[in-house]
Amino acid sequence: MAVISYREALRAAMREELKRDDKVVIMGEEVAQFNGAYKVTEGLLKEFGPKRVVDTPISEAGFIGLGIGASMLGIRPVMELMFWSFSYVAFDQIVNNAGNIRYMSGGLINCPIVIRGPANGGTNVGATHSHTPEAILASHPGIKVVCPATPYDAKGLLKAAIRDNDPVYVMENTILYNDKGEVPDEDYIVPLGVADVKREGSDLTIVAHGRAVITSLKAAEVLEKEHGVSVEVVDLRSIRPLDEETILASVRKTHRALLVEENKPFCGVDAQVAYLIQSKAFDELDAPIHRVSSIDAPQIYCKRLEDQQLPDVNRVVREALKVLA
Amino acid sequence: MPKLSDTMSVGTLVKWNIKEGQTVAFGDILGEVETDKATMELSCTVPGTILKIYAPAGSQLPVGAPICAIGKKGEAAPEPSAPAPKAAAPATAVPAIPEKTEVSCVPAAPASSGSVAPQSDASRTKASPYAKRMAEKAALNVAALSGTGPGGRVVGRDVAAAASAPAVAAPSGPLNVAVAPPADGKGIQPDADVPVGGMRQTIARRLLESKVTVPHFYLEVEVDAAPLMAMRESLNKRLADAGADAIKLSVNDFILKASAEALRRVPAVNASWAGTSIRTHGAVHLSFGVALEDGLVTPVIRDAHAKTLKDIAVEAKSLIGKARSKKLTPNEMSGSTFTVTNLGMYGVTGFFGIINVPNAAILSVGATIKKPVVDAQDRLVIGHRMVIGLSGDHRVVDGANGAQFLQALKQLLEEPALMLI
Repeated sequence: MAVISYREALRAAMREELKRDDKVVIMGEEVAQFNGAYKVTEGLLKEFGPKRVVDTPISEAGFIGLGIGASMLGIRPVMELMFWSFSYVAFDQIVNNAGNIRYMSGGLINCPIVIRGPANGGTNVGATHSHTPEAILASHPGIKVVCPATPYDAKGLLKAAIRDNDPVYVMENTILYNDKGEVPDEDYIVPLGVADVKREGSDLTIVAHGRAVITSLKAAEVLEKEHGVSVEVVDLRSIRPLDEETILASVRKTHRALLVEENKPFCGVDAQVAYLIQSKAFDELDAPIHRVSSIDAPQIYCKRLEDQQLPDVNRVVREALKVLA
Repeated sequence: MPKLSDTMSVGTLVKWNIKEGQTVAFGDILGEVETDKATMELSCTVPGTILKIYAPAGSQLPVGAPICAIGKKGEAAPEPSAPAPKAAAPATAVPAIPEKTEVSCVPAAPASSGSVAPQSDASRTKASPYAKRMAEKAALNVAALSGTGPGGRVVGRDVAAAASAPAVAAPSGPLNVAVAPPADGKGIQPDADVPVGGMRQTIARRLLESKVTVPHFYLEVEVDAAPLMAMRESLNKRLADAGADAIKLSVNDFILKASAEALRRVPAVNASWAGTSIRTHGAVHLSFGVALEDGLVTPVIRDAHAKTLKDIAVEAKSLIGKARSKKLTPNEMSGSTFTVTNLGMYGVTGFFGIINVPNAAILSVGATIKKPVVDAQDRLVIGHRMVIGLSGDHRVVDGANGAQFLQALKQLLEEPALMLI
């Protein structure tokens, strides 16, 4: 198995799918000639040519609409948003058109579009470039949302997204782009809607997604070494469809749950997960469910403050100990 | 099998009043179920036809097990979703809630208790949902456990500790010691393992739990019972004139009344240990032991502090009657703040009861016996003496306030006219 970066894993997924299916195209701002704003699509123009890898104008509503129209006609576009924050310009296309066409056509028209790009704070790019819209988008039936935390999941989820016949929105994280991990050489996918137990434990379940998984795994180490606590970390991977059973099975095992995400807390993904646990595993709970999220304010520009705004290992450990009290 | 009391985990179907194929209406009494506390009527909440009786009379089933199916005439009865009933062997697992057409028998609701303050032990004890479920499975009362979670919340580890503690503290389970059968073949009773009913199991569990988790201490006082005897005799003589409606006051009625009054004077004893705090009780809900052929129950006289001697006597008599016919509702047996037990009628001269958790103390009353005493003038005279013992929970009550309570009680019993004011 090769050890490659999260960025390389995403690129490998697109490269393999471009090769496998000539209906797959890459579109977005700077994806072709500039090799991608974050170099995720580097080399793809050279290998596949300008018909398969297309630069678009700086007009999200326009080019996402183009992709949706193309996908309705059988193309499988993989659209890059330079930041998911810019999706708000194209919200009508992303939610209304992509999300509803299959339903409103009575199942006659599919919309197999993939939209991907970074959706994270923590890089000192300010409030308008740091949104994490997975909860907002996942609240719409008809839309699938995934948040890979590792190179393995990034490649497997992106490939599954490209092959899926519904709109799938892939939220990446610029801080993770250089993280390395083992990725199989052979073809594989990570099915949508299947969570992953990233670490087994018996005293506490941490449910997380995206980079919060990495933070939680580090916190689990500290909790084990310094507090003798055995923590299980469940990585949601898919926000919608949500793998309820893996979450509930873990809570049934540990009886305590801490939910960690880099979203803002209000109406976050974990608000839904907390509801799920109390409604389907109430009698398993030995303590109230706690959450760790970003501090509830527009993304702070000052880097040192922004570092405090996002969940970090200390905050996760502190909150975990409260759940374990 | 419906859950008819907060501690019920299994129930015995004493009898059925219905047959398969019979039409039943809302409110019909389908049969009787013996719980750990009482025998109760099963009333029908779904009108229809009895399609199937799953559990024959005499069978013992866990709560939630299907006992019968009610549906439309001609409809097929569903297969029971729980294991077939086992004779007298309480299942440990609580099966899933039955299908919709199966049992919907719920008990006749206990008479609404009006002004009585809610006193359910479990609802006032903070416990995690998981701990509550564990306690139910282990047949433990979470209210009797001390919580180590935040704010004294009972959490899973507390129940786990309590569930394993008695097993360590006392050799439980059947003794596999071979006992030789009677040599002459004619013993005083058969050699047998007699299955125990719900009530006996409750007694075993609750008293073991109390004795091993509550730090008991004991105080004793001897009371001059002569004035009490004299007053009782004179009151009963007058009351007998009422003819058919006559009530007869028992010694125990006086002791119950005096206990309620003594608690008013020393309210520290009318309290409960609540994990990290002591819960004081404004009302005296007085529980008293009633011996039955196969065990005992402890009905409760609510708001005894506000009742007259006559009220208490009438209510005690009614509760004793219900206890003997096993018709006490769980509500009539829960929520006490203090308990009185009396073995005086058997000639026992003095003893100490085991505390009825979550009470802080139990009063044990012995027989009134004639014996020589030295009176105030240093003369040897014939005394009518009664020995009263108090077992206290030292987490709540100390020797001094326990003694003050006994002192107050002694004064009330020796000058019984004080009870009238």
